[in-house]
Amino acid sequence: MSAMLPPTHGVAAFLARRARWSPLEIAFWVFAFATIWLFPGKHLILTETAILALFALSLDLILGYAGIISLGQAAFFGLAGYVSGLLAKYGIVNEPVIALLVSGLFAAALGFVTSFLVLRGSDLTRLMVTLGVALMLGELANRYSNITGGADGLQGVTIAPIFGMFRFDMFGHTGYVYCLIVLFVCFVVVRRIVYSPFGLSLRSLKGNPLRASAIGIPVSRRLVAVYTVSAGIAGIAGGLLTQTTAFCSLDVFSLERSADLLLVLIIGGTGYLYGGLIGAVIYKFLQDWIAGLTPQYWQFWIGLVLVAIVLVGRERVDGWVAAARAAIVRLGGRLVARPAALGS
Amino acid sequence: MPILETIGLEKRFGGVTAAHGVSLALEKGARHALIGPNGAGKTTVINLLTGVLRPTAGSIMLDGRDITALPPYQRVRLGMARTFQINQLFSDLTPLETIGLAVSERLGSGSDWWRLVGSRPAVTEEIVEIGERFRLTDVMHERTAILPYGKQRLLEIALALACRPHVLLLDEPAAGVPDAERHELLATIAALPKDVTVLLIEHDMDLVFSFADRISVLVNGGLLVEGAPEDVARDPRVKAVYLGEELDA
Amino acid sequence: MLTILFDGLAYGMLLFVLACGLSVTLGLMNFINLAHGAFAMAGGYCTVILVNRLGVPFALGLPIAFLVTAALGALFERTLYVHVYRRSHLDQVLFTIGLVFMSVAAVDYVMGSSQQFVLIPEALQGHFIVFGIGMSKYRLLIILICGLLTVALQLIIGKTRFGSRLRAAVDDQRVARGLGINVGAVFAITFAFGSGLAGLGGALGAEILGLDPTFPLKYLIYFLIVVTVGGTSSITGPFLASILLGIADVAGKYYAPKLGAFVIYTIMIMVLIWRPQGLFGRSAVR
Repeated sequence: MSAMLPPTHGVAAFLARRARWSPLEIAFWVFAFATIWLFPGKHLILTETAILALFALSLDLILGYAGIISLGQAAFFGLAGYVSGLLAKYGIVNEPVIALLVSGLFAAALGFVTSFLVLRGSDLTRLMVTLGVALMLGELANRYSNITGGADGLQGVTIAPIFGMFRFDMFGHTGYVYCLIVLFVCFVVVRRIVYSPFGLSLRSLKGNPLRASAIGIPVSRRLVAVYTVSAGIAGIAGGLLTQTTAFCSLDVFSLERSADLLLVLIIGGTGYLYGGLIGAVIYKFLQDWIAGLTPQYWQFWIGLVLVAIVLVGRERVDGWVAAARAAIVRLGGRLVARPAALGS
Repeated sequence: MPILETIGLEKRFGGVTAAHGVSLALEKGARHALIGPNGAGKTTVINLLTGVLRPTAGSIMLDGRDITALPPYQRVRLGMARTFQINQLFSDLTPLETIGLAVSERLGSGSDWWRLVGSRPAVTEEIVEIGERFRLTDVMHERTAILPYGKQRLLEIALALACRPHVLLLDEPAAGVPDAERHELLATIAALPKDVTVLLIEHDMDLVFSFADRISVLVNGGLLVEGAPEDVARDPRVKAVYLGEELDA
Repeated sequence: MLTILFDGLAYGMLLFVLACGLSVTLGLMNFINLAHGAFAMAGGYCTVILVNRLGVPFALGLPIAFLVTAALGALFERTLYVHVYRRSHLDQVLFTIGLVFMSVAAVDYVMGSSQQFVLIPEALQGHFIVFGIGMSKYRLLIILICGLLTVALQLIIGKTRFGSRLRAAVDDQRVARGLGINVGAVFAITFAFGSGLAGLGGALGAEILGLDPTFPLKYLIYFLIVVTVGGTSSITGPFLASILLGIADVAGKYYAPKLGAFVIYTIMIMVLIWRPQGLFGRSAVR
């Protein structure tokens, strides 16, 4: 801090600088959008990656920043998936962007309603409750197969062109650009939240909820708020999946989906926003590669990776990730300062 | 009218009675100490006052208002703050962020999600001022976890004061502080604003007798004696409770 | 209606045998073992191989399933689980989910993905009609075996030295260690036993629950429900919870088939709202 200017200026400037987009971040997004032209033949899998990245971002918000362990993000993903499919199928809302927002709102509403379940109880209770809600929705979707198509999935969904202009094509070009833009917009919003006083309070109640309430922070209210937002984002990811594939089936609610999501986030690292995105890329790459080798038993290798990561130790993996990031940082710029590394 | 009053406060855990019949009345600006042997229930009383524990019976009045049913964060908003016997800080946050949180909350911008942290001058000014007052300026950007214990203790108190409380509850502020850093801590406690009412729990009798204008003695969850320091020091029951321990007057 | 009660009772007791190992492990080691169902599956497949393919009599197939799964449990515990005990719950969840995925895929590879049926001896097929209630002989057997096991468990835990060591270790690990109890050995034996019970349950349940490689994932939620509703500080808690859930599930599927398993989930969520530590658990914060 400069000795010439009053100290407050230094503090404000320091905080402002921290929140600024670093060159590395900008490079990341420039590259992300460049992939539209760099890999024209891969848009379908890139779309899946973008959707997975958004989904993982939603989990990072509650797990990495607020410390809520959840095995049930699939509940919000799936609900919005079906809602957006039904909106399109029955012509209730034809414009995809609006339909996406509506589906996201449905998911957020579900998040709000179920949020009080994760406020109390231990880690296990939270796991149980979140998983239970997701499986329950899956059961519901199965039973009301006259609406949802049951095990066959939601059929006959056609998605109208975006803004009446951009038609969803067979090669996934429109879909990918659409998903990438939605991902970016959601990311900007989440980033803003994370660097706000609200976001800071989340980190405090993750670390020490007792102290947080002792300085006047309404812990439950903040948790409900972040859980609702996260549900909405997970819902948007689910809606994107339905809109880009014109299909939705029961596996959106499955345990496997929530578990894979955890894996994605663990691979990339939690608490610095880019973990979900990077994890999604690595996961999809792994999946593509392994599926090429042994298509049926992909689940085995995923299980092995999970077991290996835990045995090696997430802190050690975190350490490698941090070392890799440090190396990249030395090449120029931060990648959204890791909260714990602030001040260094 | 007392600013903080408890009436017949009682707390039972199953068969164990941690506190019973605790009635305190603190006037505004009072410097009141709560002492007693280990396990007497002093921290229980503070937990009851702040809302961490719900009393089995009795009530708590803050500034004439019944706060017995209010959750902890609302009591803070009404002007009650505390420090913890064992530092309860946010290990991954910096003092800047920690104090900033308390100030933000108090000024009503704690839930703002669209603004950036640090974009409200009123908040940053106050953070800097508190940092200077508690001699934390040089460590403002360090992770709390790596700060020396004495600095952490100062932060603990600074954090409580950042809430601008009318009533401040200090739970053994000098506990665990190495001799070299005690002086700073004691000076800070002595310099607390005169209009803030302070309830101090302490074992350090030097601190108690230099600080308090009134002392309550808690034994086995009940109040044994209350009065001016000299009277409490001379009371034979108190001496008996401390097993003949020397009480400096 | 009484038939439903009977079927529900059988189902519930089966659930109990399957899930009690998980409950004890969680209460004892504070370890969330989502792979518990994999041991049940192992027991089921073991019996299938023994009875169907090797012609071992059913009565022998069951105890062998128990022993094999218990041995498997002991092996896994000593080699893998022991490294993850002190980790966070999230790590344990990830680890055991990974194990489930691996076991599901492995069984799929080795045994194929179709549902397997155990060849039940003639004597156990068919019904008795008692007081107008149709009682399937097989379900009667289940009730008998599980009932005996429950009584045996209560006796072991309540009356033996091992049982008191176990209870001490569940109550407070550190103090138990301080008293000289070999907590590590208690863990290993309990884990093995719990896994063995799960294997036995899997073998018994193959006929009723359906045995295929997705078993551990399909029934995971049921085990977890038993544990959360029943709590982890006793045997009676999960027992009562299992019976409750068994009857509720069977009754639900009969009276309101559209909603089916939905009933169970709703009960679970309502219980957890009301008492986060389970209906019968202590309110110890873990």
